[in-house]
Order: sequence, then structure tokens, then C-alpha cells
Amino acid sequence: MAYSEKVIEHAENPRNVGTLDKNDPNVGTGLVGAPACGDVMRLQIKVGEDGVIEDAKFKTFGCGSAIASSSLATEWIKGKTIDEAEAIKNVDIVNELNLPPVKIHCSVLAEDAIKSAIADYRKKKEQKNL
Amino acid sequence: MAIRLPVFMDYHSTTPVDPRVLEEMLPYFTEKFGNAASRSHAFGWTAEEAVEYARERIAKLLGAQSEKEIVFTSGSTESTNLAIKGVAEFYRDKGNHIITTVLEHKSVLDTCKRLEKDGFSITYLPVSKEGLVDPDDVRKAITNQTLLVSIMLANNEIGTVQPLEAIGKITRERGVLLHTDAVQGFGKVDFDVQRMNVDLASITAHKLYGPKGVGALYVRRNKPRVRLVAQIDGGGHERGNRSGTLNVPAIVGFGKACDIMATEGKAESSKILTLRERLRLKITSQLNEVYLNGSFEHRLPGNLNLSFNFVEGEGLMMAIKDVAVSSGSACTSASLEPSYVLRALGVGDELAHSSIRFGLGRFTTEEEVDFVANLVVNKVDKLREMSPLWEMHREGIDLKSVAWVAH
Ligand SMILES: Cc1ncc(COP(=O)(O)O)c(C=O)c1O
Ligand code: FES
Repeated sequence: MAYSEKVIEHAENPRNVGTLDKNDPNVGTGLVGAPACGDVMRLQIKVGEDGVIEDAKFKTFGCGSAIASSSLATEWIKGKTIDEAEAIKNVDIVNELNLPPVKIHCSVLAEDAIKSAIADYRKKKEQKNL
Repeated sequence: MAIRLPVFMDYHSTTPVDPRVLEEMLPYFTEKFGNAASRSHAFGWTAEEAVEYARERIAKLLGAQSEKEIVFTSGSTESTNLAIKGVAEFYRDKGNHIITTVLEHKSVLDTCKRLEKDGFSITYLPVSKEGLVDPDDVRKAITNQTLLVSIMLANNEIGTVQPLEAIGKITRERGVLLHTDAVQGFGKVDFDVQRMNVDLASITAHKLYGPKGVGALYVRRNKPRVRLVAQIDGGGHERGNRSGTLNVPAIVGFGKACDIMATEGKAESSKILTLRERLRLKITSQLNEVYLNGSFEHRLPGNLNLSFNFVEGEGLMMAIKDVAVSSGSACTSASLEPSYVLRALGVGDELAHSSIRFGLGRFTTEEEVDFVANLVVNKVDKLREMSPLWEMHREGIDLKSVAWVAH
């Protein structure tokens, strides 16, 4: 299948590839997907005191669309508050990257990764506040 | 020598027409355009003569006893349909059992599935981890209801070459017919219908540097004489086995392609094997966690099917888009299921998702091999840097122990 230009661009020059310290109390880590399904995404956020996402990193095992979806997701959430980031929907990613129907699950995975990273961050905060 | 991009390394999917083949075909589109079935004038006779010459050349490469054993079709999918359905229908009152393998091409599997709906019983033999059928399993599966055994010569994904000679001994001894989908191995590995006791063989021109859309079914006429029920009704061409005006230029090309293979096939196969090994060794000496899928020993010379652990196949194909290859990854298929062939070998889903099939052929060069090897090594390194699984693997985490959230 032919890829959209935006998918190719992100896959060739992925933004924010890398790892944040998962033990840092200000870092939330989301790990979604499964190797057996052919896609695994890890997305991490570092949140400032003001609730704004200062940094975001990802690593993805998956097709070009999965890599592009996670790259785009990190780009979008940086500088947003966690509430704003949580509002990102997979259809936004589908539209931005022109993903075909068979690749929609790659965008779903990216949305799940954002939500899962935020949930992890919140859990850490709650535990700290106990 | 400068190489032209993209590099074609997908010779299992199809092959370019050899210029020598094309040259022989061309007059049959224009001045020698006759219908081979026209008996009343020179145009028809010329076409018929060309068809008969092609039949001889093809029969010779198959090791057939007579050119009358060749039935032209539109390709191997049709040949296989004719072979399996034709035998099933003709011999229906003698039995209802067919034996095949889990590794077959869809043209065999789906034909068998249709017969299953019609009341036939099909045994799908398993294969070893190496992707090979055990002839003993064939022997054990034969019952007094068995009409036909259909086992491919060489697999299109992993290139494994089946022990047809041993299987043919068994089927002959038990009086069961043997069909083989010989598409991938014909002209490239040892194959001889006579010595191997093959009764029906499906072949196609476009995998051996001939044109697309023409194939043949070899149907044994002597010891035993195999009978078929035609699947396409009409003017009774091809001795009533396959109606329809013959595609004369394509058949001429098919004949020439076989003739070239008959004289050059052996040398070509050893040249391709050398290149394939060069590719394999360059890649495996520079990358770890790379696995060969399918038997190393019993393998098509041009096939290299590798799994690059921790890298997803389609992502890798995109990264190496300057080379045309294919992947067993689910992401490349509409069904999102990884390759059933790799599954049948017991390759885990993770590694099945990470597989790439390289297919080398007549026009592959050493420069291309070196280019592809370097590209693959670079991109796999890069994708692994981007892979959470690679990172976990290097931290010593057992990926099987992780509670994955499958979706
Ligand atoms: C093993 C095998 N069998 C059958 C076929 C089908 O051949 P054709 O394209 O001539 O129908 C192919 C190729 O597509 C093949 O690889
Ligand atoms: S990762 Fe499989 S389709 Fe995207």
C-alpha cells in the first residue's frame, strides 16, 4: 500500500525518539500493544508543576503508520496540559496523517499510549499525596 | 556499475520477461497472429506449429514422456484448480479423500476448501520446524478413500523444497495420484515428473522469465493415464481439457523461457545461490538476533527469508523502500494475520511479524546485494534504536514475562 507523504516524513524523521527515566515521579510511562500483534508503543511524558507536559518521548515497534502516529502524538502533546493531551482522539491522528482504514488501529494505539502515560503519571501523584 | 533504484528482490512474486523471450514472442502479436485452432489456412497452421514447439520445450524441461501431456492454461492458479477439481470430479465414485499440506499456496488451499464444502474430506499435513513434509506422514494419511496427494515442490515464502521423490514413491506404490504445485521450483531445482512419479504438475511462465497470464498443467498419459473433468466448457481445445483460444504469443514465450532454463538453469542457480549466501552472510555477520525461516539445506537458491527480531516487518520494508521485497508481517495484509506459512513452522507471532522475504533472480547483481545488505543493516540498527522491545531485551527483560495489553 502506498503511504501518505506525512507518514513517510514522520517515519523517516521521527520526532522525540527516546527514553525518559521511568522512576522520576514527574514522568508517566504508557506501554501499549503486544509483540504478538505486531505493534508495541511506549510513550512517556514529563510533567511540570503547572501540569504542562514539558517533554515527551516514544519508542515504537510497528509499521510505518504506527511509528508516524506515535511521533505525531509526542509532537502534539508537548506544551499541552495533561487534560488537553487527554482530549486528543485517534481520529485527529487519522486525519492529520491520512491513514487508510486498515491503519486506524495504529492511531488507536497512539491514543491509548497517551492515555496510559497520563494515567501512570496521575497514579504516581496520588501515591505521593497519600 | 551504478545500480538502478529501487532494487528488485522479489523474484518469487514474479520475474521480468527475458529479452530473448520477448523477442521470440513479438512476431506472434503481429504478422503471425493466427488462431492455433484454425485448421483451414496458413495463419492457423503457423500458430499451431509454434504452440506445438512450445509444448515440446516445456515437456522436455518437465521430464515428460510426451508433449501431449501439456495442457495450456492462464496460469498456475487455473492449472491447480483443473488438477484438483478435475481429478476429484472424475474419480468421485472411487473415493473422497485428498491429502495436502498446511504450507500450500492459496490456489491449492482454497480449491481444497471448496471441495470440502462439496463433501470431500481433506487432510492438511503439518510440516517440521524446517518447513518440510515428512514422507512418512503422507504414507500414514493415505486411506482407501484417498484419490490425490497435492504437495508443492517449493514454497513461495520460505523457499523450502519438499522431498517429492520420496513422496512419489509412496503415492505410486499405493496407487494414489500425486499433484505438485511446481511453480516456484520448476527450472530452478531438481525436478523430473518421470523420476519423481509426479502425475500432475502446475506451472506458470511468469516465475521463470516468461510472460504473465500463461501456465500449464502436466497431465500424465501413461502409467497411469490420468483423467480429468474439464472445468471450463467451450470449444474443446487442449484435447477437451481446457476450452478457450490459446494465447499463442505467451505460449511461445513460455516455451522459450523453458528452453533457456534447460540450457542455463543449472549455472544460473549456482550463481544465484552464491549471491544469496553473500547477502545472508553480510547481514548476519553485522546484526544479531536475525533468524532464518525454513530449512537451510532444502531451499530454493534465490530465497532468503529472515526474521529481524524486535523490528516489525512492514516498518522495515518502509525503511528500506529502495528495495522491493515482501514481508510475512500482518501489517502488510488486509487480514492483519501474520503469515500462515511461518505459523505452520511454529515461528512465534513476534518473529513472524519481523520477517522479510528476499528473492534473488537472474538479473540480481553483486552490487545490488551489497547495497541491500548495507541498507538492511543500517535500517535495522536504526529501527532497533526506536524499538521499545530492543531496549527491554538489552535490559535483560524477558519479553514473554511482560503482561502485554493486547488489542
Ligand atoms: C507457489 C505458487 N503457486 C501458485 C501461484 C499462482 O500462479 P499464477 O500467478 O500463475 O496463478 C504462485 C504465484 O503467485 C505461487 O507462488
Ligand atoms: S503496526 Fe501493524 S498495522 Fe500498524
